[in-house]
Amino acid sequence: MGSITLEQVTKSFGDVDVIRPIDLTINDGEFVVFVGPSGCGKSTLLRLIAGLEDTTSGRIVIDGKDATEVPPDKRGLAMVFQSYALYPHMTVRKNIAFPMRMAKMDKAEQTRRIENAAAVLNLTDYLDRRPGQLSGGQRQRVAIGRAIVREPAAFLFDEPLSNLDAALRVGMRMEISELHTRLKTTMVYVTHDQVEAMTMADKIVVLHDGIIEQVGSPLDLYREPRNVFVAGFIGSPKMNLLQGEEAQKRGAHTMGIRPEHIDASPTTGTWQGTVGLSEHLGSDTFFHVTMPGLTEPLTVRADGEVNLHHGDTIFLTPDETRIHKFDSAGNRIP
Amino acid sequence: MARAVRPGRKALNTAIAWTIAAMIFFPILWTVLTSFKSEATAIADPPVFLFFDWTLENYETVQQRSNYARHFWNSVVISVGSTILGLMLAIPAAWSMAFVPSKHTKNILMWMLSTKMLPPVGVLVPMYLIFRDFGLLDTRTGLVIVLTLINLPIIVWMLYTYFREIPGEILEAARMDGASLKSEVLYVLLPMAVPGIASTMLLNIILAWNEAFWTLTLTAAKAAPLTAFIASYSSPEGLFYAKLSAASTMAIAPILIMGWFSQKQLVRGLTFGAVK
Amino acid sequence: MATKASRSAARLMISPSVLLLLGWMLIPLALTVYFSFLRYNLLMPGGTPFVGFENYEYFFTDPAFMAAITNTLLLVVGVLVVSVGGGILLALLIDQPMWGQGIVRILVIAPFFVMPTVSALVWKNMFMNPVNGLFAYLANSLGLEPFDFLSQAPLLSIIGIVSWQWLPFATLILLTALQSLDSERLEAAEMDGAGSFARFRFMVLPHMSRAITVVILIETIFLLSIFAEILVTTNGGPGNASTNLTYLVYAQSLLQFDVGLGSAGGVVAIILANIVAIFLMRMIGKNLDA
Repeated sequence: MGSITLEQVTKSFGDVDVIRPIDLTINDGEFVVFVGPSGCGKSTLLRLIAGLEDTTSGRIVIDGKDATEVPPDKRGLAMVFQSYALYPHMTVRKNIAFPMRMAKMDKAEQTRRIENAAAVLNLTDYLDRRPGQLSGGQRQRVAIGRAIVREPAAFLFDEPLSNLDAALRVGMRMEISELHTRLKTTMVYVTHDQVEAMTMADKIVVLHDGIIEQVGSPLDLYREPRNVFVAGFIGSPKMNLLQGEEAQKRGAHTMGIRPEHIDASPTTGTWQGTVGLSEHLGSDTFFHVTMPGLTEPLTVRADGEVNLHHGDTIFLTPDETRIHKFDSAGNRIP
Repeated sequence: MARAVRPGRKALNTAIAWTIAAMIFFPILWTVLTSFKSEATAIADPPVFLFFDWTLENYETVQQRSNYARHFWNSVVISVGSTILGLMLAIPAAWSMAFVPSKHTKNILMWMLSTKMLPPVGVLVPMYLIFRDFGLLDTRTGLVIVLTLINLPIIVWMLYTYFREIPGEILEAARMDGASLKSEVLYVLLPMAVPGIASTMLLNIILAWNEAFWTLTLTAAKAAPLTAFIASYSSPEGLFYAKLSAASTMAIAPILIMGWFSQKQLVRGLTFGAVK
Repeated sequence: MATKASRSAARLMISPSVLLLLGWMLIPLALTVYFSFLRYNLLMPGGTPFVGFENYEYFFTDPAFMAAITNTLLLVVGVLVVSVGGGILLALLIDQPMWGQGIVRILVIAPFFVMPTVSALVWKNMFMNPVNGLFAYLANSLGLEPFDFLSQAPLLSIIGIVSWQWLPFATLILLTALQSLDSERLEAAEMDGAGSFARFRFMVLPHMSRAITVVILIETIFLLSIFAEILVTTNGGPGNASTNLTYLVYAQSLLQFDVGLGSAGGVVAIILANIVAIFLMRMIGKNLDA
């Protein structure tokens, strides 16, 4: 139940190759996140799995059966859209019932599942309202409810939290994760937000220009990014990537060091620089430090409150065990 | 503009506008009033406006003698019939153009609209002969066919514009929920498109009811709708103004009412979107 | 959703309409052209021999032809001038602040929804009739001779009748376009010192010019085919004074039953309409991308 395999899948729109050949295995019960910048092909990939787009070539296998030619209504998957795509002319109850109605499920069973889903998602009081009368978060839950009652092989989420405000997003993120823990169904989740990816995923697929840059658990990607792109994409604030003398000294074309792995001190350190912008958040302090020989300032994170400001001299010591080295092609040097 | 207008200026505008509007509307008003006069009163010199003996005799006469009811029913059948037939053809076509557009879609739409620009007289001869040979002359069926063909482009166009306002994602969601194409259209698209479909029906009924070329050239006594029936008053005998007025009032009343409610649809449907 | 399956469904769903309209376009048209090359009169027995361009020669040399072309143009231009010119003025008027704007609109729009045969007969009998019509009464009460509109100025009378029907259409369209003009821009212009006439000339008129063009083109398409009004009032007379191309072809085809000649006339009418249609399609095409 719920395993999805992509074999050499490509997708072109006319002359534009949106997805180069991609191979990917999603195991039953996994929470897989497709993440990447705009235009990387993550939504297209999701739609290919859903069946809303045809592959240009390659196979999609769902639960061991070739689903490449199977239409979307017969793949046994459920999808939650970015805009929720609720049926405006139906009540919440009817929205949630719709997939079961299409499956010609027994009425009593339909009612049972609706009530279950409503209880889980806190929708019981809203069952007789129309989508137009609901808030964004409630609509989101109805969309999820509609997906749940089908008991699909896998859930597909297409940037479901993008239309919510920040506070709501954090709450919904946790609810979706809890849902996954409870249902144990495969979930394929698309987002451009790497924080969502890192917090929710069992496995992250980093996409860029139609190819997979890396697949791995969040910590794998954090600790051992395979190339410069992944290194710069995962982690907030971004990893510092330096070229030039310091990199070559360590035998690399580009070296990377995360802001949180650099020690800052007003008095001593390996490198010396001047504080440009400083951001004091209370819990952390971020310094953007200009150094001779570097085109861009280094971002450094310091714990707690540190009393250094614009114009001050600062000394930095990178943790040598946490330095990442990349060759001239951008690939990791082990 | 949220600025106050001098009441004098507003009053002047109102006076001028109401005068002109009254003048424009007058012929219709006069017709309705005359329908309630006796024939003698109708041609009275000087003409009477409101104060006369109102009578319903004309309405009775028209309905009894000239089989008015049949012509009225013909109009209803061909208007509603061609609208329904048109919808059955146009809904799938508009679905395909709105939700699965191809690079030809725009051209097909423009070509469809261009068929409406064919002057009917250009095909009068073959249509007459074809209808004659297939026994369609003076039949409601024949008229329904012709009216459907001439108005199909407008129905397709209007439905297309309404369908485009429906987010495609909702239909995709229906697919993901297990709906077949038929279910998607029946349970999701059509209920959402009801206002648009109703507007289109309204406009088409009006256009078909008032059509005055094919309904005049392809019919005789049996299938003649109201347009042709009224035309028969063009060479009458004796006094007939009051009866003409009664027949006319009954013929135009339904459409006047429908028309007042369909102004927006008219703009959308007849300017092919060139004016918003 | 653009999958192979949905694309083939789409082709299937659109084909009935396309095929029917294609048939409607091609078959009668082809037949008209075919008949135009035959000598074919429904009243005369015998064959329908091929006679080349004979019908066309006949048609073009018929004195009625020149009259019909002239009258067609006069009708179209006449109605356009009155309906579009009047429409602009009416739209401007109705857009002004006033009381009861909704009612004014309804009254002004009404004539468009009256079927052509009703409006023509109402005007012919109750207004223009030289004995019993209201205009005759007005003339008499002013001491003038009643004017027999339909006999003495048939074309002009028909222009009047048809203009009355189309004025609401033009007004409605132009009013819609007018009301879509952003009032803020007009206020800004006023702040910059532009008087009413200047604002009209440099802002309102250009904004409305697209709607005006559309109204002109659409009305022209329909006005080329004026028929019912002529049929029930003058039957094209006296003589050919109010015969337009449409009526001429009708008379030849269904009154004289000279179907060959009528077909030639039909072809001419189609060519004329095509020229107008090309302009209209360009205008619409620009808008379909919007």
